[in-house]
Amino acid sequence: MTRYIFRRLLQAIPLLLIISIVLFVMMQAMGDPLATMGGRKVTKPEDRIRLARQLGLDKPVCVQYIYWLIGNDWTRPVGEIPKPNAGIFTPIVQCLDPRNYIDADNPGTRKGVLRGDWGISLVNRQPVTKVIGARLPNTLLLMVTAEVIIIGAALLIGIYSALNQYTAFDNFVTATTFVLYSMPVFFFALLAMYIFSVNFRKWGLPYLPTVGMFEPNVGQTPAQVLWHMVLPVATLSFGFVAGYSRYIRSAMLETLGQDYVRTAKAKGLPRPEVIYIHALKNAALPIVTLVALDLPFLLGGAIVTERIFGWPGMGRLFLDHVERSDTAVVMGIMMMIAFAVIIFQIIADITYAWLDPRIRYK
Amino acid sequence: MNPERILEVKDLCTRFHIAEGTVYAVNGVSFHLNQGEAIGVVGESGCGKSVTMMSIMRLIPIPPGEIARGQVFYNHHDLLELSEAEMEHIRGKDIAMVFQDPMTAFNPVLSIGRQLGEPLRVHLGLDKEEIRQRSCELLDQVGISDTKHCLEEYPHQFSGGMRQRAMIAMSLACSPSILIADEPTTALDVTIQAQIVELVQRIRQQMNMAVIWITHDLGVVAEIAERVLVMYAGFIVEEAQVDDLYENPRHPYTQALLAALPRVDRRRDRRLQSIPGAPPNLLVAPKGCPFLQRCQFAFDRCRGEMPPLIQVGLNHQAACWLDVTTGEER
Amino acid sequence: MTESTLEQPKPGIASLLPDELETPPLSLGQLTWRRFRRHRMAIFGVAVVVLIVIYAFGGMLVFSEADANHAETGNALRAPTREHPFGTDTIGRDILARTIYGGQISIIIGLTAMLVEVVFGVTIGALAGYFGGWLDSVLMRITEAVLVIPQIFLLLVMARYFSQSIPNIKLLGRTFSGSVLVIVFVIGITSWPYLARIVRAQFLSVKENDFILAAHATGTSTRDIIFRHILPNISAPIIVSATLSVAAAIILEAYISFLGLGVRPPTATWGNMLEGAYNYIDTAWWLWFFPGILIAVTVLSINFLGDGLRDALDPHSRSA
Repeated sequence: MTRYIFRRLLQAIPLLLIISIVLFVMMQAMGDPLATMGGRKVTKPEDRIRLARQLGLDKPVCVQYIYWLIGNDWTRPVGEIPKPNAGIFTPIVQCLDPRNYIDADNPGTRKGVLRGDWGISLVNRQPVTKVIGARLPNTLLLMVTAEVIIIGAALLIGIYSALNQYTAFDNFVTATTFVLYSMPVFFFALLAMYIFSVNFRKWGLPYLPTVGMFEPNVGQTPAQVLWHMVLPVATLSFGFVAGYSRYIRSAMLETLGQDYVRTAKAKGLPRPEVIYIHALKNAALPIVTLVALDLPFLLGGAIVTERIFGWPGMGRLFLDHVERSDTAVVMGIMMMIAFAVIIFQIIADITYAWLDPRIRYK
Repeated sequence: MNPERILEVKDLCTRFHIAEGTVYAVNGVSFHLNQGEAIGVVGESGCGKSVTMMSIMRLIPIPPGEIARGQVFYNHHDLLELSEAEMEHIRGKDIAMVFQDPMTAFNPVLSIGRQLGEPLRVHLGLDKEEIRQRSCELLDQVGISDTKHCLEEYPHQFSGGMRQRAMIAMSLACSPSILIADEPTTALDVTIQAQIVELVQRIRQQMNMAVIWITHDLGVVAEIAERVLVMYAGFIVEEAQVDDLYENPRHPYTQALLAALPRVDRRRDRRLQSIPGAPPNLLVAPKGCPFLQRCQFAFDRCRGEMPPLIQVGLNHQAACWLDVTTGEER
Repeated sequence: MTESTLEQPKPGIASLLPDELETPPLSLGQLTWRRFRRHRMAIFGVAVVVLIVIYAFGGMLVFSEADANHAETGNALRAPTREHPFGTDTIGRDILARTIYGGQISIIIGLTAMLVEVVFGVTIGALAGYFGGWLDSVLMRITEAVLVIPQIFLLLVMARYFSQSIPNIKLLGRTFSGSVLVIVFVIGITSWPYLARIVRAQFLSVKENDFILAAHATGTSTRDIIFRHILPNISAPIIVSATLSVAAAIILEAYISFLGLGVRPPTATWGNMLEGAYNYIDTAWWLWFFPGILIAVTVLSINFLGDGLRDALDPHSRSA
């Protein structure tokens, strides 16, 4: 088992490397961060060139990538490097010339990602780790809460539906879940905002807040955060609740029809034991994998949700920094997500193998 | 009710209501079972043998299924009138059932020990240590060695024969007075089949347990049953002691079944005799004799009236208007 | 002595002769259509989709494109009236006309992104599944790499990357922002892994069948085996996946336009009509409601349609 984990982690490394290269190249070509950095001051051309050299932005892409990966504190000045004149192949020629790598105006202070230094944000000059770290807990709060609600609600609805097949409740649930899981997140969010916030306020009912994590004048108390969390968490989870309860319903229906459930009944076992131990255990086994593999989608939903509700999380961070071509932060977020997804995939495989005795004892 | 009779079924009718209509699966089945007796129920696929037994155990899923009428007396109680909770007390404890495919009949994610222990825990209230002990005894009784180790294993780790033995052990856990075996050896190869039959015989004698053995294999029936019921299209068409049935089949269907058996002592160049036609469509309410289409002796009365079980000999009944020995109408 | 007096079975008897049970054979297409017909929701889905297509494209006869882009700032943010049944937006454009033209773009994006996805997905899946070996490994690594990053993140980065000064395109006498093409390409390029995996799995399993062995043995060319033998047999999951991906593409376009990185104005899409609408949530509900509900209804009906197709094409895969 440990060998399997080790092997998977080893396989993940080249994957992460490739992803980082592709993303980095895309990011670098993505627009000029200096254009937005000057703030309201008009940046003089000389200033821009100086700034560019300082930040290492005048170097070819491959060099910048290496710096990102292993830092630039090992560079030393080499003198003037003539810019080669090779037409379109210029970047390639530059990449292959080691002098480009070694030379830097002043030796840098970056240690590179592999040594734990994720660089400085171009937007606010803060270390990337600090920037992400400030926002990460907020997103995690939303996601973990959403996940708990998703699993709980889906199990409840799915099981109840399966046990009462064809009743009015079941039909209602089947119809609603289909609609909900086809509905785009923003429509649900806007609708929810409109009903529970705007209209509730108009009708004098206690209304749900729609912006931010807490009221600025009250401060960040748990009660405030919780109250502000209601709409964002609902938005994040409704699609998944709908989808998972459908899955559980059909899985339960299938297991309830299996021979071993018939045997359990024939043994005279009480009904709850038949349903929750014999049937559910089999039906819910794949949920473990599904939950782990849904992480990417949950993160994706977080972006839209955070934007709509002004939640200060990683999703909004990502948006803001992509718009301003801030490579360091965007790379930081992407690599972190990629790493998390890979880890979760491995965890899902292991957990499933561990839970299903057919695989565990083979 | 005759004190020796442990089970008495009267006029049991079970139907299923599906999209295409109503399936008339069991149509007025009546029979009895004596204490410690072994009866065989034979018939082709779809004749209602399993549905009858599942109706007795009240394991028929009730929305599509419906037990239209009938009475099932066990120990002076009509099982069809009991509440679900009361039925749960009887299932697994007084009447136990063994199914056809032991691989799918065991829960793949629970250990054998756990599944064996369930009836012990639920019906007899034994504690963990007692359950372990009794489970080992049961596995031993069915001929599985290395019992302690086996308890921790999972169904997929057992072989087919072992699984069926474990299933039998599980059904015997609370020493039931009736064991219903629904084609327990159909999915197994012949040598294992013989072992299982021999096992059940032995246990039957040890525990004085009554056995209902369902099968479509006439050979197996001859081995294990004392009395045989022949079913067709949801009806019992013949009932007799086993030897009598094989020597003097009195219903055209039984005769045809026996004639279809390939025999070692017949000439090898003869074609095998099959029964022409196909079983009736169960979606149509039965009227008249179900075997009408395929019977070479059929006549007008057969079309309109279903013959009841008529005594044709000592402990021998057949549901036919014709006396097949004389060719005369009854 | 008593013989059977029945030579022929009479009608009304409890069983049917085997002969009577036979019906004339139906072709695969007919069978599929029959199964599909029984799915009421799928028929409903088809009907709604058709209605929406008529709305978006037929609406061209009622409103011209100039109407959709005609801005009257004095008339901004008006609630629905007879003159502007869906109201006006932040710079006074008529929302009804914009939903019509926006609908066209959104639907076209959905369809073309689906085509890109199908071409990439089927090609890569087929190559990986059929040839196996190192080609399979390489392709699967690439597929995995794309799958590891959540699609929206990829979309946003790529949309930003490609959208540096895109020229407008002129097609069929109308002008579109080049960002439409960008979006189509970007959605297609991030969606193919899902289909590629399905196609690869199908190839792996169908490849082992005896009829493929027979085709090899009779000297059928590789190209023929792939296109004439294997692909037609796996068309069902591809068709279902393609249908559902149209809905997915429409939603994805809406997401990125909503976040500001999608199709650029003045070209309207349902998605970019929603951009910034949440700022006016308490004052102008019509800004987001009409495009939003159009998206939701379109996607919902495509999903119904896809569900029905799935059941019709492969009765073994039962949905909940």
